[in-house]
Amino acid sequence: MIEASEVFRVFQEYRGNAIVIPSGTSGRFWADHTTNEKRDLVIGGAMGQTTSAALGVALALADEKVVLFDSEGALTMNMGILATIAGKKPENFLHILMDNECYATTGGQPVPNAQEINYAGMAKEAGYLAAYNYDNLEDFATNIGSIMQETGPVFVAIKVVPRVENEPMGMRVRRSSRSRAESIRDLQTELGVAVA
Amino acid sequence: MVDHQQAAILSPETLIEEFKKNGVTHIVTIPDSETNYLYELMTAQPWLEIVPSAREGETFAIALGLIIGGKKPVCLIQNTGMLESGDSIRGMAIDSGFPLVFVVGYRGWTRHGPITDSVARYTEPFLNAMRVNYYLVEHDADSERISLAFEESKNTKRPVAVLVGDEYHGFNR
Repeated sequence: MIEASEVFRVFQEYRGNAIVIPSGTSGRFWADHTTNEKRDLVIGGAMGQTTSAALGVALALADEKVVLFDSEGALTMNMGILATIAGKKPENFLHILMDNECYATTGGQPVPNAQEINYAGMAKEAGYLAAYNYDNLEDFATNIGSIMQETGPVFVAIKVVPRVENEPMGMRVRRSSRSRAESIRDLQTELGVAVA
Repeated sequence: MVDHQQAAILSPETLIEEFKKNGVTHIVTIPDSETNYLYELMTAQPWLEIVPSAREGETFAIALGLIIGGKKPVCLIQNTGMLESGDSIRGMAIDSGFPLVFVVGYRGWTRHGPITDSVARYTEPFLNAMRVNYYLVEHDADSERISLAFEESKNTKRPVAVLVGDEYHGFNR
């Protein structure tokens, strides 16, 4: 397993101008590494649906690279989205799954069949053009540069160390200072996009 | 002599015209068994992109992403799937503060006799509980109500539903 923060530290070197959508408990560490917050997008808000919203962004902004950092708890709630994404074949979409094998945000209870399920295998069989598994940082660091250049949709599953949270929701420290609405507004301003 | 059965239907062409008139770019949908002709007609429109989804809850989130990117989607689902989509309607549509029209096949609805399908009995109470306004459309003469839904959605920056009360007649060929 890899520390989520280390994944983000390495990824940042290859991010380029990509729109990055962090999510889940692992995703909060992205705020410590991003150097282009105006191209970071917070679009959580419904259980298991950040993946779907990220697909919408990728379809709408076909000339932009869109990278989603998903979580396995969320993806398991909405597994059909793999087929939806594969069916639309967004060439600009990189789907990275941060798999900590548990619901870290609710105290660390295990995700169903957490240690045996093969998310990358499921994505590949659903129709993603490529899918990879990583459980050590060195391999991920060696390959992420070329993966960023691949035609999507591409799926990357990474085993990450869980950072379990037990504090009541209202007492948790927010790492990102921006709300969803603010991040959407900032991205639209950055891209010169208006609501139709 | 006018065929009253035909005159009373909501034709798929009418929906397509309303989508075009209101600048719709994407239809995010799970086709239901009663609307296959509408699906074929939508795929034939060069100005319209179809996003087939695996579950109705996805459609509202995909629509949010499209809206963020400057597109104008419509979600097209059946009332059964709308019930499944409650959390997504809440979190991805209502809470987002963007306009969105979603079209719902009103399975089981009839103004002639009792409603026996439970999903029809729960459809409007569900929308009322979510405080989502809706317009019932039954035949072509109601088509202006679809534009009203777009207008209200734009003005209120909230989702507005169009309930298609004739899904059993005009959409199959």
